Amino acid sequence: MSMNSIRNTFFEECEELLEALVEGLAQMEETSDDMEVINAVFRSVHSIKGGAGAFALDRLVNFAHTFETVMDKVRDRELAVDEKLMALFHRSGDQLSDLVASARDDTDLDPTAESAIIKDLEGYLGAETATEEFSFSAVTLDFDGPAAIELPDIPLEEAETTDEQANTECVFKIHFKPERTLYENGHEPLLLFDALAELGSLTVAADLNRLPSFDSFDPNDAVIAWEMELVTNKDEQSLQEVFEFVEGLCDLQISKEKASVSLPKPEALPTEPVQELQQPTPSGSAEETPIEQAPALESPKTKAIEEQKPTPAPAPAPSGAAQKESRGPKPTLRVDLDRVDRLINTVGELIINQAMISQRIEELDLPTVAHLTNELEAYKLLARDIQEGVMAIRAQPVKPLFQRMSRIVREASDATHKKAKLVTVGDSTEVDKTVIERLADPLTHMIRNAVDHGLETSDIREAAGKEPIGTIRLSAAHRSGSVFIEISDDGAGLDRERILAKAIEKNLVAPDVELSEPEIDNLLFLPGFSTAGQVSNLSGRGVGMDVVKNAVQALGGRVSITSTPGKGTTFTIVLPLTLAVMDGFVISVGDQTMVIPISSILETIRPNAKDIHVVGTDSQVVSVRGSYVPIVDVAHSLGQKGKSGEKSTGILLLVATESQDLTALRVSAIHDQRQVVIKSLESNYTAIPGVSAATILGDGKIALILDPEELIKLAHSNPLDPFSQNTRMELHHA
Amino acid sequence: MTTKVLAIDDSRTIRNLLRVSLESAGFEFHSACDGQEGVEVFPDVDPDVVITDINMPKMDGFGVIDSLRSGPNRTNVPILVLTTESSDDLKARARGAGATGWIVKPFDDTSLVSVLQRLTGHVS
Repeated sequence: MSMNSIRNTFFEECEELLEALVEGLAQMEETSDDMEVINAVFRSVHSIKGGAGAFALDRLVNFAHTFETVMDKVRDRELAVDEKLMALFHRSGDQLSDLVASARDDTDLDPTAESAIIKDLEGYLGAETATEEFSFSAVTLDFDGPAAIELPDIPLEEAETTDEQANTECVFKIHFKPERTLYENGHEPLLLFDALAELGSLTVAADLNRLPSFDSFDPNDAVIAWEMELVTNKDEQSLQEVFEFVEGLCDLQISKEKASVSLPKPEALPTEPVQELQQPTPSGSAEETPIEQAPALESPKTKAIEEQKPTPAPAPAPSGAAQKESRGPKPTLRVDLDRVDRLINTVGELIINQAMISQRIEELDLPTVAHLTNELEAYKLLARDIQEGVMAIRAQPVKPLFQRMSRIVREASDATHKKAKLVTVGDSTEVDKTVIERLADPLTHMIRNAVDHGLETSDIREAAGKEPIGTIRLSAAHRSGSVFIEISDDGAGLDRERILAKAIEKNLVAPDVELSEPEIDNLLFLPGFSTAGQVSNLSGRGVGMDVVKNAVQALGGRVSITSTPGKGTTFTIVLPLTLAVMDGFVISVGDQTMVIPISSILETIRPNAKDIHVVGTDSQVVSVRGSYVPIVDVAHSLGQKGKSGEKSTGILLLVATESQDLTALRVSAIHDQRQVVIKSLESNYTAIPGVSAATILGDGKIALILDPEELIKLAHSNPLDPFSQNTRMELHHA
Repeated sequence: MTTKVLAIDDSRTIRNLLRVSLESAGFEFHSACDGQEGVEVFPDVDPDVVITDINMPKMDGFGVIDSLRSGPNRTNVPILVLTTESSDDLKARARGAGATGWIVKPFDDTSLVSVLQRLTGHVS
C-alpha cells in the first residue's frame, strides 16, 4: 500500500467522518445530552485531526483541535449546549468539511471564516486551553514512557547539550525497586536502564537481598531492586521523565550527589589555538569522555594526554554508535563493605594457616609426604584465587577520582588567574575503595596547592622560557606492591629560603638551625605551616600539608616531596595495596629470614664471579647482558656487618625502581615463594628504614618485608657510595 | 519468530499507516477497529505488543487496558497508547490502568518501530 493510497483512504474516511459528524450534530439538536451522540461527534472530529496530523495538514489539525476541545467540554458536561453553541458547531462542521476538501484538492481557502470560527470556539475555552493548543501544534512527536528511549531524536536535546549547562556533569543516585505491577504492566527495567544510559554514564547494581530461598520463590513476585549511579549533564527532570510511565509502580528515589566533572569553559581556551590539534567537541562525545576533552583547554599540548593514554580517543563517533556502547550495563551486585572486610580478614588467616600446615607437614618428614604435595599445592592455589578474588572486590580504578581533579584544576586556575592543565596518567590503576574515598580530600588540597603555590603566572613562565600554561601531572601506578600516586607541577619549585624563614618566624624551628634541602622541604608538613605571603582564595581554608600527611598516614601510607628550582615540585604518596596479603620471596639476608615483594623483582641471577666488577673501594657492579648494574648489598644496607665483599656468594635480585632504573639487590639465598600476610610495623612496633612491614611465616616466626626502593635509597644516601647518578649512567652505557 | 502487533484504532487511516510502517519493519500486523473488537481478538492474535487509541466507539482505550490487565484474559504484554491527547491527567489514567507507554499522534514511524523493536526484543 503506497503512501498515496493511504492518503486517499484518509480522505475517504474523512468523508465518512464528516457525514457522521453532520448526522451527530443533527441528533444533538434533538437530544442534546445523549452521551453516545456527543461521543460520536467528538470522535469524528478527533479522528480527522489524528489522520490529518499524520499527513502534516497543520491547518486542518489546528482547526479540528479547537473544535474537538470545545466538544470535549460538552462531553465532560462543563459546557451546556445552547442554540448559539449548536449553531457554532454546525458552522464548525461546515468549515471542517471545507478544510478537508481544500487539503484533499490542495486548493487555497480564505482564512477569514476559519479565523472567526476559531475565535468563537476559543470564546468557550479558558486561557489555559488556548495555550495548550499552541503546544500541540508545536510538538510533532512526544515520546514519553518507554518511548523516551528515543529521546536523542528530539532536536531540543541537541540544543541543550551545546549550552552552558552541558558543561557540568552531576552524579545522581537512583534507587529503583519495581513493584510486581511494573512487570505486570509490560515494563522492562532493562529498557529504563537503556534510556538512562543514554543520558550519561550509568552504573547499575542489583540488590538481591530480598531474594527468597528457592522453596519460597514466587516467580511472579518482584524482589530485585537496583541502585544506580548516573553521571550526566542532564537535569533531574530528564531522569524523572525516563521513569514517568512507571510512576506508582515502583519505589523510586533520585538524589543529586554533587557536581562531578566540568568541562573547560570556552573562554578558557588559549589565545593561540593550534587549529589541527583542537579537538572538535560535538555535544555527543562531550558527555561521554569528559576527561579527554579537558586538555582541549590548552590545545598546543593536547597531544600530551593522548600519548599517555593507552588508547587515544578516536575521532568522535557519530552519536548513534557511541550510544550503543553505553548500552547493556554489566549486572553488578551491591555488597555491604563489612562483609567484604570480614572476608578479607578471613582470607589473611587462611593464608597463614595454609603456610603453617605446609610447614608442619614438611617437619613431620613422613615417607609418604610426596602424596600430600599435590594436594597442598592445590590448596595454595585455591587460597591464592580466593585472595585475588577478594582483592578485586574492593579495588576500583582511580579514574573517577582523577576526573574530579580536572575540575579542581580549572577552578583553582580560575581563582588564581593562572593557566593550568591537568594531565593524568594511569587512571586505570586499581586502588582499594576506601583508599580512593579517603584520598579525595588530600588530593584536592594538593592539586589546589600545586596551582596556587606551585605554578607561576603565564608572564613569569614565559619570561623563564616555559610554556605559558602550567601542567599539573597526576599519576597512579602499582610498584613494589604499593600504590604510587604522584602530584607534580612544572612550576618554579620550592622557595627553600622562604620556607625556612617562615618556619623560623613561626617558631617551628630554631633560628640557627642547619637543615638539608629535603629537611627544609619537609617543613611543609609541619602543622600550621603556610607559605602563601598573602592568604589567597584557595589557601585560606585552614588546611595545611600536615592534614594531608595525616590523612595519608592514616591509610598506612607516606607522602614525600621532591623539588627542583625552576622545574617544579612533586609530591609522592605511597600507599599499601588494599589487602594485607602479597606475593613474596622468602629470602635470607645474612642470618635473617626476610620477605621481598615479588612484584618488584624483574629477574633473579646467580652471577658468575667474572661478571662482578669492583668499582672504587667497596662497590660492585654486575654485568647483565652487556650493561652494568650496580649491586646493593641488602645486609650491608640494613646495617649487618661483614660478608658483603665476597663476589661470588649470594643471589642477585634485579629490581626496577623509579629513581634508579635497574639495581641488583644481593641476598644470601631464596628459599620459597609464597603469599604472606602483611602486618604493619608502624602500628605494632615502629618504622624501620628499608622495611615496609612484617609478616608471620609458617613456623610462626616474624619476618620483615623489605621495601626495595627504600633499600636502594638507603644505600645511595651513604656519602661514600660511588654510584652517583653520573657514574651509574656511564657504566650503563659502557 | 515474527513479532505480532495488535493495533486497536477506529481510524482506518491510522490503521493503514500503522500497517504500512510496521509490516515494512517486519512485524506481523493485526488490527481492530474499536476497543471491544480489540479485546475480543486479543486471545486469538496473541500479540507481543498492543497499540491502542483512546477515543474509540464501543470501548475506549482505557477499557482496553483495563480488560487486558485484569480479568480472564489478563496479560503482561506491553500496551502502548497511541493518541492525539497529551494531557497529564489522561496519561496518569492510562498509567493507572496499566499502560506501558504513551505515544502522541502523529507518530514518527522510525521511532515507533524502534520502540516496538526494543520493547518486544526484550520481552520475547
